[in-house]
Amino acid sequence: MLVVTALATVFVRDLFAVIMLFGIYSLLSAGFFLNLNAPDVSLTEAAIGAGISPILMLGTLALTRKSLAPSAIKSKKKAWLPIIVVTLTGAALIYATLDVPHFGDPSGPAHNHVAPRYIKESYKEIHIPNIVTSVLASYRGFDTLGETFVIFAAALGVLALLGAIKQGDADDYRQFSDTASLRRHNILHVISKILIPIILLFGLYVQFHGDYSPGGGFQAGVIFAVAFILYALIYSLSAAQKIISPLFLQITMVIGVLLYAGTGVASLLNGANYLDYSVLGQDALKGQHNGIILVELGVGITVASVMLSIFYTFAARALHTNETSEAK
Amino acid sequence: MDTIAGLFNYWIVIVLMMIGFYVVIADSNLIKKIIGLNIFQTSVFILYISVAKIDGGAAPILEDGITNYVNPLPHVLILTAIVVGIATTALGLALIVRIKEAYNTIEEDEIHEKDGTL
Repeated sequence: MLVVTALATVFVRDLFAVIMLFGIYSLLSAGFFLNLNAPDVSLTEAAIGAGISPILMLGTLALTRKSLAPSAIKSKKKAWLPIIVVTLTGAALIYATLDVPHFGDPSGPAHNHVAPRYIKESYKEIHIPNIVTSVLASYRGFDTLGETFVIFAAALGVLALLGAIKQGDADDYRQFSDTASLRRHNILHVISKILIPIILLFGLYVQFHGDYSPGGGFQAGVIFAVAFILYALIYSLSAAQKIISPLFLQITMVIGVLLYAGTGVASLLNGANYLDYSVLGQDALKGQHNGIILVELGVGITVASVMLSIFYTFAARALHTNETSEAK
Repeated sequence: MDTIAGLFNYWIVIVLMMIGFYVVIADSNLIKKIIGLNIFQTSVFILYISVAKIDGGAAPILEDGITNYVNPLPHVLILTAIVVGIATTALGLALIVRIKEAYNTIEEDEIHEKDGTL
């Protein structure tokens, strides 16, 4: 199924259809991850791959499609060269897999070095049932800090590239042209009014229950952002921005990163290594708990505000270009 | 037969990876290139999650009475990679929007034409 959908994205010319297919592809792979006992990953992929990335791609499409040159019939010449390259690379890789331990084989090298230690010791050391969370936030806290900074930097990049819109226009933002019909749908209004609080509640649950069940800051942040994106799509961008202004998001983005980094500094000040949470509570286990909750909160805040702020930027840009092209 | 069943997952990964690779190098539309990159990226995710799988292993959330868990480490890596992936995708899309504004096209060959390169 995955292969078929992926192939379809290659051959379909219409970009809108390609983006929809890509959403389906992501949802399928999320199901696949769940099948492989990776609920954390599956949750993330479902929220991001099937939720946010198609929206962003559609936003880009809305920004770029207009006045696109009619180059639908592309010259197929030179198509053989990439095919040869791809086939050769693929063949080499398949040849390489012949030495790889078989799928599901417990004696594979990946399962015999650090992983058993995490599985055996993490409960004693950190006292959190979800190993993924404890590895993510505690053992590999540096990694996660770095990743939080990466998405923060990406948001800065998007804002720098697309954020510069004259503030004067900001007052009379109107609806996305594509979703103008959505706004008049009563059914959508009622359903979204029911759904959005539930999505937010679910986001909070995923955030704070991430220690015990699949979830954590990354997933919760994305789910939170999705709720507001839904609101912005169905009502209007300005309505959503009245609730959470872009400036507020830019501040919370920084707060999230600082909360994470600050937790590290706090453990430094308490005489331990950077991001060693053992000293943040009465005893080591309590400390680990507090540290992980703080760090996950920082991640969640950053991810949610980064995603939402990227969406705002794209959406505002679309409105802006629509208005200027109408003015001409 | 055993080889085929045991390596099937990796072959799917390679097929997906090559599809993504093909889109990236052969398609001239920049949005499709980004989608190709995303397919490539997802195939890497699937590779890692496949490596993490252990036959009969439960999801890596500790519970009484279960001793066999799948490997949690790749899950952590991929979980963060997905979020970082969407952030970098957004950055790429933002660049495309700017390219469109500068060149009025998102087809690579037309950009080359306007630049007089190639």
